[in-house]
Amino acid sequence: MTKELMKGNDAFAEAAVRAGVEGFFGYPITPASEFLEYMAKRMPELGRAFLQAESEIGAIHMVYGAACAGVRSLTATSGPGLSLMSEALSYIAGTEVPAVVVNVMRGGPGLGNIAPSQSDYNQMVKGGGHGDYFPIVLAPATVQEAIDHITLAFDLADKYRSLVFIAVDGNLGQMMEPAELPPMRVLPEEPPSWSVYGAKDREPNILTSIYIDPPDEEVTNIRLLRRWMEVEKNEIRYKEYELEDAEIAVISFGVAGRICSSALRTAREEGVKVGMIRPITLAPFPTEAIRELSKRVRRILVVEMNTGQMLNDVKQAVGGRVPIEFYGRIGGITPLPDEILEEIHRVNQNTEDIADGQEKVEWLERLEARIERGDQ
Amino acid sequence: METNIIVSGFGGQGTLFAGQVLAYAAMDAGKHVTWIPSYGPEMRGGTARCTVTISDESIGSPLTRNPAIVLAMNLPSLDMYEPLMMEGGLIIANSSLINREMEREDVRGYYIPAAEMAEAIGNPRLSNMVMVGALLEAEAVLPLEVVKNALGEHLPKRHHKTLPFNFKAMDDGAAFVRAAK
Amino acid sequence: MIEMEVVYSRPESFTPTTTHYCPGCTHGTAHRLVAEVLDEMGIREKAIGVAPVGCSVFAYDYFNHDFVEAAHGRAPAMATGIKRVRPNNTVYTYQGDGDLASIGMAEIVHAAIRGENITVIFINNAIYGMTGGQMAPTTLPGMRTTSSPGGRDVETMGYPVRMSEMLSTIDGTSYAVRRSLHNPANVRKSKKAIRRAFEVQERGMGFAMVELLSSCPTNLKFTPQQALDFVGDQMVSYYPLGDYKVAPEVKALKV
Repeated sequence: MTKELMKGNDAFAEAAVRAGVEGFFGYPITPASEFLEYMAKRMPELGRAFLQAESEIGAIHMVYGAACAGVRSLTATSGPGLSLMSEALSYIAGTEVPAVVVNVMRGGPGLGNIAPSQSDYNQMVKGGGHGDYFPIVLAPATVQEAIDHITLAFDLADKYRSLVFIAVDGNLGQMMEPAELPPMRVLPEEPPSWSVYGAKDREPNILTSIYIDPPDEEVTNIRLLRRWMEVEKNEIRYKEYELEDAEIAVISFGVAGRICSSALRTAREEGVKVGMIRPITLAPFPTEAIRELSKRVRRILVVEMNTGQMLNDVKQAVGGRVPIEFYGRIGGITPLPDEILEEIHRVNQNTEDIADGQEKVEWLERLEARIERGDQ
Repeated sequence: METNIIVSGFGGQGTLFAGQVLAYAAMDAGKHVTWIPSYGPEMRGGTARCTVTISDESIGSPLTRNPAIVLAMNLPSLDMYEPLMMEGGLIIANSSLINREMEREDVRGYYIPAAEMAEAIGNPRLSNMVMVGALLEAEAVLPLEVVKNALGEHLPKRHHKTLPFNFKAMDDGAAFVRAAK
Repeated sequence: MIEMEVVYSRPESFTPTTTHYCPGCTHGTAHRLVAEVLDEMGIREKAIGVAPVGCSVFAYDYFNHDFVEAAHGRAPAMATGIKRVRPNNTVYTYQGDGDLASIGMAEIVHAAIRGENITVIFINNAIYGMTGGQMAPTTLPGMRTTSSPGGRDVETMGYPVRMSEMLSTIDGTSYAVRRSLHNPANVRKSKKAIRRAFEVQERGMGFAMVELLSSCPTNLKFTPQQALDFVGDQMVSYYPLGDYKVAPEVKALKV
């Protein structure tokens, strides 16, 4: 085992290089810039394409072009950049070419701040761009997982000719943790048959997202949906923690999920029968696993670093079977284990039913009381 | 066993690097470890702090509200973390820049004139390593030798001529605490 | 025996398809010139076109080589992505005035700034065609369009932009010229410029753009001949034909 202590963004970038990325196109944005800086040095060393574009719009359309040319290509950005990229993301999905986007999430909306956040859940999971399309969204919680997800993202992107997001937050991008990098992928000698590389001894390849006759677009939409159903069948990933005898369950993703796992450990030591599901694919969402879980536990606590975006997907999975409570920190604040522990104890003792929507009202009251106390 | 260490000071005091040295050593010692900075938009001159978590098990949260150990390189760091320390925690305070007594009685503390001691070795920028040496003597987080080896292993080659001074800074820090025990 | 000689045939770079363009529109002419140049240079098999959003959105139906379809205005960025990872291919964009000079201004300017080794064919007909005759960035002062019904008032709607002149000021531009398609003599000159613009790319000399003044009889509510006369009279006087930037090494090229 040759573990190295690497900074998250650097480790992800090197992992991308080893996953065979031949085109990186980006634009500086905190807290994702180290990714760009790493690639600026590394890609030319290997004779691969690196370019700092004029904008995130330019960057993602370059990714789109390189993807059409049949090479593994990606960009790394943060929320404001991702908003600008929304146009091309829809085109990439509509053209059915593989591409990977790393989103190092920060506080928003607007310019927001540069502190860690998970507030781009809806933007990625629900599409962000126009039209009916279904990106795959991976949410690693450790540097090692993020490294592994880069390779996974490209494999999934290639397999389904799909857009894949890797959703991390500034914590993961900035932190160091021992991790092992994958071996260098041998670059393919032949471009994919569908890509554009010159129509020599074959019919031209045309890559477009226009289907001007509605029946053609309908067939395309059906194809995209059918492919997504395949993804849903094959690619749902999540991690379970201490669920065997759990009476209450935490559902949380990414860094929030790993913080919950610390609180979980302490709560267990204190005798609370609590477990957790940490969705690794936010899309496709582990709906079935959560539905099954809701038959076994008496209460669920959803923890996110946003105002409850995944919460809606959990609710849909649970279908009102058990009460769901929510705890979130927002605006770029990362919750700490002690406040999650407090929540776990509270939820464990709470036997009252909770009306749909009430969980947010009560959470806000608790959060505002915390802010009032100056207890950040 | 899981220990959270916060290294906190002004930008330029080498707080992030001190944390990284501990993180490298923990990794080399076969421990689980995370290092996470609190980052701001400023490049220089602001506060700089990082949290190092060392554990025998896989690490959940890389962050904590109530640290077990704080290396306070300046007064604002002591002001910030003293009230947050876990009971029985340990503060190593840089008395070169901290002119007040600790208020908590349930927290152990060592005052060490890290800046003056670094100055005496010939490089004021070594105060972070004095603090690290002091920590390792005050609490058996990691063996001093492991940390020294980690520094040798992971310090870029071009800085290797500074290794003896770094080692001396750690030794002096450790000796100071040993004498004060 | 009567001796037969082929004087006109479909270029290999063209598909045997009838275009959807309006009678009197010069897109077909511009397409044909590009196809002839690709044939003559023997680069059809490595050509990758980038189609715009606009009337020529389906350009890829008419060219017999690989093609991608860009989002509105982003063709130069997409072409950049392709060229950077497939430097041995010949990559060109084909863009209209709304695409290149309005929504895609940042992308074209920065492609030029980088001296991106791509070829750009810029169709300037002073109007938005596909969306139904709205004011373009190149619409002449006083011209009535569906979104400037009282005529383009430069006080409130700004001035027409001269892209060739503008891009000629950029160090990364190797070749920026304006030609016109309003009569046979100018069509021949246009073809020569297109040939040179592709030769620039084949020799790795950087960014090359040919601006082609073009006609849009339908949206300008002209007969085909009137539309060509409008280009030759009105447009040429606002957009003078000529070579705005020809880098010394490009000038030295024997084409």
